[in-house]
Amino acid sequence: MKNEWPLWEIFIRGQHGMSHRHVGSLHAPDAEMAIKNARDVYTRRNEGVSIWVVEANHISASSPSDKGPLYEPSESKVYRHPTFFDIPEEVGAM
Amino acid sequence: MYAQMIKSEATQDDPEKLAAFQARIDAGEKIEPKDWMPEGYRKTLIRQIGQHAHSEIVGQLPEGNWITRAPTLERKAILLAKVQDEAGHGLYLYCAAETLGVSRDEITEMLLDGRMKYSSIFNYPTLNWADIGAVGWLVDGAAIMNQVPLQRTSFGPYSRAMIRICKEESFHQRQGYDAIRQMAEGTPEQKKMAQDALNRLWYPSLMMFGPSDKDSVHSAQSMAWKIKMNTNDELRQKFVDQTVPQAEYLGLTIPDPDLKWNEERGHYDYTDPDWSEFFDVIKGNGPCNVDRLAARNKAWDDGQWVRDGLLAHARKKAAGKHAAE
Amino acid sequence: MTREEAFTQFLLRMGDNTLILGHRVSEWCGHAPVLEEDIALANTALDLIGQTQMWLGLAGEVQGEGKSADDLAFLRDAWDFRNVLLCEVPNGDFGRTLMRQFLFDAWHSIQLGRLMKSSDERVAAIAEKASKEVAYHLERSADTVVGLGDGTEESRRRMQEALDYLWPYVGEMFQSDDVDAEMVKAGIAPDPASLREEYDALISRILGDATLTIPESRFAHKGGRTGAMHTEHLGHLLTQMQWLQRAYPGAKW
Repeated sequence: MKNEWPLWEIFIRGQHGMSHRHVGSLHAPDAEMAIKNARDVYTRRNEGVSIWVVEANHISASSPSDKGPLYEPSESKVYRHPTFFDIPEEVGAM
Repeated sequence: MYAQMIKSEATQDDPEKLAAFQARIDAGEKIEPKDWMPEGYRKTLIRQIGQHAHSEIVGQLPEGNWITRAPTLERKAILLAKVQDEAGHGLYLYCAAETLGVSRDEITEMLLDGRMKYSSIFNYPTLNWADIGAVGWLVDGAAIMNQVPLQRTSFGPYSRAMIRICKEESFHQRQGYDAIRQMAEGTPEQKKMAQDALNRLWYPSLMMFGPSDKDSVHSAQSMAWKIKMNTNDELRQKFVDQTVPQAEYLGLTIPDPDLKWNEERGHYDYTDPDWSEFFDVIKGNGPCNVDRLAARNKAWDDGQWVRDGLLAHARKKAAGKHAAE
Repeated sequence: MTREEAFTQFLLRMGDNTLILGHRVSEWCGHAPVLEEDIALANTALDLIGQTQMWLGLAGEVQGEGKSADDLAFLRDAWDFRNVLLCEVPNGDFGRTLMRQFLFDAWHSIQLGRLMKSSDERVAAIAEKASKEVAYHLERSADTVVGLGDGTEESRRRMQEALDYLWPYVGEMFQSDDVDAEMVKAGIAPDPASLREEYDALISRILGDATLTIPESRFAHKGGRTGAMHTEHLGHLLTQMQWLQRAYPGAKW
């Protein structure tokens, strides 16, 4: 049996109110130790308030060749972006 | 540099794909692990990132050599935090290499059995406390020269690791200069230590950038791929130009009688290091090669039961959870 | 013994424990079984060194002879050190280091919990800061002790050997003397003996999870916290630690 500790992807919430962000990876025998290791490795300079760990091989990723079909349709939905709408100046900040 | 003499791998791929790949790089796009890449790009990167990571890990040893002898509690804490950072940097880089399909254990074993190298600089000893200052000032200074441009390297995970490393590294050089300055301004004995450290570490620091461009192994391909951002001589010159005034401020003498400002070039002229010594060190004949590898092998071998034990426990726990469900 | 003298002794005991153990743990830097552990051990050592600066800083202040934390760390001889022997025994293998850490962390966390209620505000403040760090040390060392105890056959054997070797050094943490009596009277610190019950409950639970057997003997080596008799190891540790300060007196670093 392969005896290398599994690889974990680490996500850290930097400040209250922010979402978790991927910061890097590390090895650990299990999830609990992965969290502890993440604390020691990725928050040495007070970078976090909350940690998520996910075993790397449990992450499903889109394949790069799908990039077109996955993302391009949203490029045409410009109305999703606030700058699409002209608001008269007199209305004030919106 | 931490990655020296990285030979680019020849690549035999579909010319059309290669051209498209090169176009992405030229356009400043980042290459991500799942993207198509030439086999040569992948292999060269594994070697370069691996060597960089190994350098961080082996680099813990010469500085770690002084942790238990640091002269004040504050210096001890600073040094320990710095050497710990090196371990962190090695870790980030190993993870970047792992995205290319080589596991940390595999790449570690390549270091341990000598198939992969680490920077020549860490085969020199740290003999007095001023060496700790000099390593931060000169060795980290030289490393930063290379690492700052590498933040823009084409491979995403490598670039992100370098960004994190550069952010953390910024205190390393400053603490080194601060430590050696304290000594250069201290008692005659301290000043002697500082000069002694500079005498021994100056040329090995210049060697970090690798051989002269005219003798350097195929860097053209690596530069086209943006995994090498500057030539060896460019960076070495930049380092000399930056360091000379810093040494003057300390009142220390760089051990190069021919060092002088060249008005015409706008740079300092300096003496090249003894390249035959460099190649000896690379071949394994530096003052500390044997000790460094022995120390890494011992840590790895002695740690096997710990890695196995904790993993066995994790598996038992997982099995227990399954059984309970 | 005046109140100030007792207080100074107490503070030296706290500071020397963290100084000597922090030094031992820092010896691992660059040599641990896996990078993640290397980094974690360095964090523990850094916390302990930081706590040392606070405890010895306060010791110098209370002593009133103008000594800094560095003076106390680097310029006293072995007989002036007041750490328990447990902190100064050599690291041994990773298992022994982590077992020593666990046996100390368990005491340390209970002790700091009590000191947070100290009548001396400065002591309470240091304890408050340190207790957060030590809570994590304990969590981590306990997990590792359990993981290695209940791991492979080899890891279990090594952890039991570590426990057997270190067990005779545990009792010293709970021995009370005149210094302690004075501290109790002043409401500054608890009677060490009063921590034993909570300690035993804590370590029995963890060591039980680790499938390890606590030795029956209650024999305890002593002499560290009184300074009467340290191990031979302390002198060697100080030889390294104090070398620069001793070889170049008065130099600034």
